[in-house]
Amino acid sequence: MAAIEVVDLTMTYGDLRAVDGVSLEVAEGEFVGILGPNGAGKTTTLEIIEGLRRPDSGTARVLGERVWPRNPRLLPRMGVQLQASSFFERLTAREQIHTFAALYAVPTAAADAWLERVGLVDKADSRVEDLSGGQAQRLSIACALVHGPEVVFLDEPTAALDPQARRNLWDLLSGLNDSGRTVVLTTHYMDEAEVLCDRVAIMDAGRILECDSPAALIRDLDAPARITVAPGQITLEDARAIAGVTNANEGAEGVVLTTREPATVVSYLAQHDQLDGVRVQTGTLEDVFLDLTGREYRA
Amino acid sequence: MSAPRVSAFVALSTAILRGFVRDRSSVFFAVIFPLMFLVLFGGIFSDQSQSKVDLIQVGDVSLVDNLPPDARAAFEQTFVVTRSDDLARAIAAVRKGDADVAIEMQGDTLVAHYTQTDQVKAAITQGALQAFVDGTNVALSGRPPKFDLTAERVEDDSLKTIQFVTPGLLGWAVAMSASFGAAATLQGWRQSKLLRRLQLAPVSTRTVVGARVTVTVAIALVQMAIFIGLGAAAFGLTLTGSWWMAVPLLVVGTLCFMALGLLAGALTKTQEAAVNAANFIVLPMAFLSGSFFPLDGAPGWLQAVSEALPLRHLNDGMLDVMVRGEGPSAALIPIAILATFAIVVTLIAARLFSWESS
Ligand SMILES: Nc1ncnc2c1ncn2[C@@H]1O[C@H](COP(=O)(O)OP(=O)(O)OP(=O)(O)O)[C@@H](O)[C@H]1O
Ligand SMILES: [Mg+2]
Repeated sequence: MAAIEVVDLTMTYGDLRAVDGVSLEVAEGEFVGILGPNGAGKTTTLEIIEGLRRPDSGTARVLGERVWPRNPRLLPRMGVQLQASSFFERLTAREQIHTFAALYAVPTAAADAWLERVGLVDKADSRVEDLSGGQAQRLSIACALVHGPEVVFLDEPTAALDPQARRNLWDLLSGLNDSGRTVVLTTHYMDEAEVLCDRVAIMDAGRILECDSPAALIRDLDAPARITVAPGQITLEDARAIAGVTNANEGAEGVVLTTREPATVVSYLAQHDQLDGVRVQTGTLEDVFLDLTGREYRA
Repeated sequence: MSAPRVSAFVALSTAILRGFVRDRSSVFFAVIFPLMFLVLFGGIFSDQSQSKVDLIQVGDVSLVDNLPPDARAAFEQTFVVTRSDDLARAIAAVRKGDADVAIEMQGDTLVAHYTQTDQVKAAITQGALQAFVDGTNVALSGRPPKFDLTAERVEDDSLKTIQFVTPGLLGWAVAMSASFGAAATLQGWRQSKLLRRLQLAPVSTRTVVGARVTVTVAIALVQMAIFIGLGAAAFGLTLTGSWWMAVPLLVVGTLCFMALGLLAGALTKTQEAAVNAANFIVLPMAFLSGSFFPLDGAPGWLQAVSEALPLRHLNDGMLDVMVRGEGPSAALIPIAILATFAIVVTLIAARLFSWESS
């Protein structure tokens, strides 16, 4: 049985088609990322799947259960971190997570363990209003996970996190996933999606454009490799003459060669002792993303 | 109730109560601010009703000087007497407002010089002096008076300003904290998306609403305890027989004003706007409902408007059972009116409510 089955969701706000025919199936234990520019409809899609919004058409099921109208049998099996932190006013971090634990009938010891897991023990007695953006984000994630849900939805969980907290959260999320839980997250970080996700859905203007593993997406993009040679190692003319090089340009960091046969080019450079400071870049998820969604700003 | 629901209810109530107690401005407006009014009305204005008439006696006034002892005592209850020999100076003092009346004897006639500036005192002065003149005439005639008057006040002897202001100010205080609390909670939770987050937790709407109502009612009862405690300890407030009926009255009143707060919350888009809207409803209502001063002297149309306001009925009901010595049944009609208000306003608020702030 699929953990999440979404068929042909649409949702409009006035004239705006925020979600436009989204279908998605997530297997149990799978880790899926949704990427997309601002306003692509990621949050709206997630909120429909969580049962917070009623779609104009289409259906969403989680763990085989209906999500709309509010389904009390499903709620304890689902963990949700909303894009905006949502806390009780003027409570400390510990009181906050204890309150959420009580709502799910979870012992307070489990809640304290979660505070430790997200590195907030030192801040346990600070009021939520006094937490930094990243600390509040971590608390919000801990509150979403405190009851050990089977399916986890995280809306931009690593926005506002520092690099340490981001890596720690990656470990935490992979751990969750390794223990068999299904995770769906949205993110703007390509490296994060590449590292964490089994599959990535790229969304724009309310539609899912592609949905596959990061490696497959990059392979399908079939982007040329870029080889940067340190300044002074090679002239533009010589570079263009190398077999397999389709183009060469002078860049800030040296000469940039574009090629579809990086192996041939690199071995040529090695033979001519021009390998010092050479950097080879193959296609990345970011290239896939930009290729699919273009470069214009979104509203 | 199953175990998780009890623990969820307790956890929610605790969270809401902590949020309230830690919010200085909420506590100030719910408790301290109305208490300031209680101290003001109870302390400063309490003597006003008993303030005496300042009387200047010019020269010998046999009528006053020769009063028998019990009449003398009655006279001094009404007048504070100073003596003077200079009529012109005495009249000037009256004119300036330093004294209320100057009296002198012209033959057998008692002449009183007074101003009409303070109409109440002028009337008291005239009436009292007339009564003493009549009394003396009767006494001199040697015949016992045929008719007799015994005046008995209906209220308790000790009825003072504090008795009247405590129920009204308490009503205002509860109206404020209940409506502000409901308005601010609804808007605050909606803004912060907490409302959405709670939708995703396995707690029923009933549990969430129940926790919020319980905390607000508890706050109202604490307000009542503080008001009665301070009024009794510092200003001599004494409660009459069925004052305990004020408890159910206050509970229903709290629900009614929470409903108004919900309405304010449902009609507005931000937390500040919600609280301002609640204030806009409650403050004029407090004036029109006699929370600050009695409405007995108000014109008829104002009285009619006042009858349409829930706070008026809360105040009246509390006055009846707390200080006027009415029986428990006096609270029943106000309770019914307040309950009706609460239900109707809640239904309207529920219709206008949306989960989204936009
Ligand atoms: N409550 C709403 N009313 C009207 N329009 C809305 C509402 N919520 C979202 N939208 C619009 O729907 C579109 C999709 O919004 P959504 O929040 O799903 O985007 P997103 O992909 O999550 O963006 P981001 O990366 O910035 O979080 C946007 O154009 C947004 O302006
Ligand atoms: Mg979003």
